Parts: sequence; structure tokens; C-alpha cells
Amino acid sequence: MPADSADTTDAADTTVAVGETTSRKEVATAALADVAREPGAAKPDPVLVADGIVRRFGGLTAVNVDHVEVQRGAITALIGPNGAGKTTFFNLLTGFDKPDDGTWSFNERPLNGVPPFRVARMGMVRTFQLTKVLSKLTVIENMRLGATGQRGERLFFGLIPPLWRSQERDITARADDLLARFNLDSKRAEFAGSLSGGQRKLLEMARALMVEPELVMLDEPMAGVNPALTQSLLGHVKDLREQGMTVLFVEHDMDMVRDISDWVIVMAQGAVIAEGPPLEVMSDQRVIDAYLGAHHDLSLAEVAAEEGIDAPELLGTHDSTPSPKDAS
Amino acid sequence: MDWGFIFTASVSYALGALTVAYCLAAIGLNLQFGYTGLLNFGQAAFLASAGYGMAVMVTTFELSFWVGITVGLLATLALALLLGLPTLRLRADYLAIVTIAAAEVVRLVVRSVKFKETLGGSDGLQQFANRFYELSPLSDGFGINFGPFLFSNQELWVMIVGWSLVALFSLITFLLARSPWGRILKGIREDEDAVRSLGKNVYWYKMQALMLGAMMAGFGGFIIGIFFNAVSPDIYATALTFAIYTILILGGAARVAGPILGAILFGFLFQFVNVTLSEAVNADYITFLDSSQTAQIRLVLVGAGLMLLMIYRPQGILGDRREIALDAR
Ligand SMILES: Nc1ncnc2c1ncn2[C@@H]1O[C@H](COP(=O)(O)OP(=O)(O)OP(=O)(O)O)[C@@H](O)[C@H]1O
Ligand SMILES: [Mg+2]
Repeated sequence: MPADSADTTDAADTTVAVGETTSRKEVATAALADVAREPGAAKPDPVLVADGIVRRFGGLTAVNVDHVEVQRGAITALIGPNGAGKTTFFNLLTGFDKPDDGTWSFNERPLNGVPPFRVARMGMVRTFQLTKVLSKLTVIENMRLGATGQRGERLFFGLIPPLWRSQERDITARADDLLARFNLDSKRAEFAGSLSGGQRKLLEMARALMVEPELVMLDEPMAGVNPALTQSLLGHVKDLREQGMTVLFVEHDMDMVRDISDWVIVMAQGAVIAEGPPLEVMSDQRVIDAYLGAHHDLSLAEVAAEEGIDAPELLGTHDSTPSPKDAS
Repeated sequence: MDWGFIFTASVSYALGALTVAYCLAAIGLNLQFGYTGLLNFGQAAFLASAGYGMAVMVTTFELSFWVGITVGLLATLALALLLGLPTLRLRADYLAIVTIAAAEVVRLVVRSVKFKETLGGSDGLQQFANRFYELSPLSDGFGINFGPFLFSNQELWVMIVGWSLVALFSLITFLLARSPWGRILKGIREDEDAVRSLGKNVYWYKMQALMLGAMMAGFGGFIIGIFFNAVSPDIYATALTFAIYTILILGGAARVAGPILGAILFGFLFQFVNVTLSEAVNADYITFLDSSQTAQIRLVLVGAGLMLLMIYRPQGILGDRREIALDAR
């Protein structure tokens, strides 16, 4: 059945209660403190586990991940130079693309061959790097579409409004709440196609939250969002963690990565090359090499390497220096 | 030139049995193409499967009219399922290619010599709708006048049933378009991957839209068959599908009243051009044509009119200009 309410996941119920004094950030940091700083490190409580994932496009191996785990209740960043395979990895994990090899599981349920809609219903919802708003639906209709387990989504129930009206009201209230948080409430009745690029990013993220996921996977959520709003959005993402959700996001903005992530996974040329807390990862020699290696201007890379430019500087760990996004 | 005659003939046609049939098919297509974005170019095959399902049961196997209706509907649903299963997983244009080919396959199989015993070959099948006309509450006689308009009792009965079905299916479309179910269809039309990422079984919704739309079109197939009391393969050619698309786009896709307005207007213009031309030829106002050529000329004129419509009002008569503007962004 298309609208199967049994699969709806209530993220808040599945997480452990936290003490009043400790925030979930501290819980996540503590849980990850003893995890080895190496690619494929085992986590104390992984929500997502992937093994031997390989995806080739002709001669190009876009993804080749031996092992990776994502800690429950933490914010994990997935970084890497352009073409590292981050988006392809997202597509594979969520069923939008099929790997040539490998197994992966969510909450210990294997996901091989599971179609994307079922992955989403299990509680693993992703957004797209190239935003996919539904242009000829209004903003609020976009939001409503995200809610799962809607009675009116069955053909015969849909014909009889009294059967779904009250549920629709609840959904709308929840949607309005999210729209307000994402500064989109003034656009409520407009076609989503009339939104600006940054507003579309916001709408897509808010819509994904309508699914009430347990794991949110955001592909460059901040690309094109203005700095003032980025700050408040960072707050929202941290808030998701406080509500008990797990966040996995791809981002090129190192300031943002450093600010909000509990753990960073670095990909280059399809493979995971480093893992660790943000500050440690950013000074890792392998990571710096990966970013420099991806630089289009090879001679400049060589010069940079030879002159031994300070690693934190290159990765924008000091606020005064440009981030790798500008360099790539 | 008798303008009164030209006008009444055109209006009669625009409200008549054939317009009803086209309208029903366009309502079905509206669900598939207008709301869901399915490029179904095989609508004629769904009309054919319904019409032939009915005709074969009644004429060839001498079963009751109601068995004929039931089998006709089941045949239409089965055909939709058969076409949808392999194609709805693929990109939109594959469905277009497969459906247009399948519609031709259906037509050629139906008119083949091999199945002439059951399906009647190129002559088709006749005399299966008598039971339908027996149900008519209208008294026998030549026909009934409404002011200047004269309809035969038989056609009037087809029109009553047909326009009732139009009302019913439009109501269903109206309710569904406003429901969460319809919201998913519109989402699929815009971007099916986005809908998938929100946990909706896109494949199954596309299948539902295809089958429901095919069933509605099937009723159009019944109406055509019943009105002529005959089915023949060449009625259900690809040109029929294009006429249905024209009607939908003329009226306005993804609008509940679009197919109704489109069908009436299309019927009126089609007949108006036809009758005007033949009147003008008969009255020697036009001398470079003879009366046998007017039928072709009207197709040219209707085509030219539609091109102008597409250029100056691409959203159709009832469409929303703002939606078209979004495509340009
Ligand atoms: N459908 C495809 N066909 C062929 N090659 C592809 C396809 N999708 C991705 N690739 C290739 O796979 C590699 C990884 O691409 P991917 O989009 O995953 O990179 P990314 O890490 O998301 O990069 P970015 O940061 O620029 O978004 C690239 O070299 C890309 O050209
Ligand atoms: Mg990417």
C-alpha cells in the first residue's frame, strides 16, 4: 500500500533520554571520544553501516568505500574535493543508484535492493545537491507532501475529504511551524518554482523534515544560502540533533563543518581517506594532500606543497584564510 | 448560405454523442498527462479495448450487454497494466514510444484476417448495443426538438448517459485533484525523484493514474461503439489519440473543466468549419474546391488554429499563465 503508516518513524521515541544538564552535543562528543581516528573506524552505536560499496561509471570508479559507520545522534560531515564521490555515495545509500558491489544497513536492516521510497519510510531521508522543489505546487503543498502515513494518499480515501481533513490540518500546522523556522512563512502560498535558489534549498530541507526522519542526509544544504541565514540554519541543524535525529551532511564550507559537526568523514577519489573530529581531520596530512591533489592548477599545488604552507591555513581553519571551496 | 443551419449543426455536434466520447477520453488523459505527466500516446487503444471487449462478448459470443461492459472494462484495465508494468519504471519518453506502438499493435491485431471470426477484421462488429437502447426511457419516435436543435431518440439517450458519466468523472477528478492522492500525482509530474525521496511509491501511483485514466477513456470507447452500434478498427487510429490531446490542451490540462470545455469547443469548431465549407461550395461561393475536399480542408484549418493557440495561449483556455511562466525560469 502506498500510504503505510506502520513505517512512520518517530525519531524522538527511539533515542535515549538525556540528563537535564548534558546536551546531546556532549553526549555525541563523549561517545566519539574513544573512536579511532582512521578510515572505517567502528562507532559505539552506528545507525548506518556500509561495507565494500563500489560504483563504477565505465572506467571510472566513483565510489569505493571499504567500511564506514555513522554514529547515532551525532552530526557527521562528509567532505572531500569536487568529484570525490560524495553525491554518488548518497545516491547509493538511499537507493537512488545501485552499487556494483557492497552491502549497507540502516538500524541493522539491510538496504540492498530496497527502493528509495522504502528507504525514506524507514527513516532515512535525503535532500539533493541540485534542489528538487516541485515548481507548480505551492510552498505549503510541497511541505504537506512530505508527511508520511497520510490517509488521503490512498485512492479511495482521497475521494472522501472527511476521512483526511483532520489529519491534513495537523500536517498543515506542523508544516507552518517548520516554514516559520526556515523563514519561508511569507512564501507559503506561492509556487515553489518562484523561489530563489537559496530559498529552494531551505524548502527542500524543511520538506525532508516533514517526513520525521531518524537520519537526515543533506547534500550541500548551505550552498547559495546567505550568511545571515546560514547562522540561523546552523542553529536548526544543531537543533535536529537535540531532537534526537542523526545528521549526515555534505558541505564544502569548512567554517560550517567545524562549527557544527561532531565527526568528519573525508572522501577522495571515491574512498574514505580520513575520519575524526573536525579540528583533527583538518590538520591531517592525507586530507591536505587530497585537497591539493584535487586542485586543477597542478603547478600551484606543487608550489604550495613545496613551500610547506601551513595545513590549517589551507583548510580554512583560521578564519582569515580562504576555504577550499574558493580554491576548487 | 444558411447560417442558422450551420450554427445548429455545429452546436448539435458539439453536444452530441461523439463529443461526449472524446470528452470522456480527455478526462482520462487529464488524469494521466495533465496531473501525473504520463505521456500516454496510446489512448485510442484503451477506447478500442473497451469497445471491442463489449462488442466481442455480445456479438461474437452472444452474451449479455452487461457481460460485455464488464469484459470491456477488464480488458482496458489489463491493457493498462500490461503497458504500465515495463514502462512506468523508465523515463517519461519511453512510455510515449511504447504506448504509441502498442496502440497500433492493438489496432492491427484487431483488423487482422486471422482473428476475423472473433473480431470481425476490417469490417468490425455490429449490433451489440440494442440492449442499451431498450433501456432508454425515451418514447419511440423520430426525435426530440430543443428549439432549433433536433436529436434522435437514440442519440439523446446516449447523450444523457454520456454527459452523466462526464459529470461523475469530473467530480471524481475534482475530489482527487484536491486530495493528498492528487498532490502526489502533481508532485510526480514535477519531479518524481523528489517524491520518491519523501517515501512515496511513485511507480504504484503512476500505475493507478494510468489505470484509472484508461478506465475513464474506456467509457468513451463504449459510447463510440454504442452510438454507431458498431466497432471498426480504423476509428481507433492514432489520429483519435491526437484529437484527445488537442482537446485537453485546448481546454487546459490539469484543470477539471478543461476536457469538457475543450471537447465542446473542438467539436463546435470542427463541425462549423466543415459545414460552412460545404455550404459555401454548394452555394458556389468557393469554386476551387469540390464538396469531397472540404473534410480535408477542415483538418488543415483546425490544425492551423491549434498552432496559433499554442503560440499565443499555451496554457489552454482555462490554464494558469503563471504556471507557464515558471517553466521559463
Ligand atoms: N551518472 C554518472 N555517469 C558518469 N559519471 C558519473 C555519474 N555520476 C557521477 N559521476 C562521476 O563520479 C564522480 C563522483 O561524482 P559525485 O557527484 O559523487 O562527486 P561529489 O563528491 O558529489 O562532488 P561535488 O562536491 O562537486 O558535488 C565524478 O567524477 C563524476 O564525474
Ligand atoms: Mg556532490
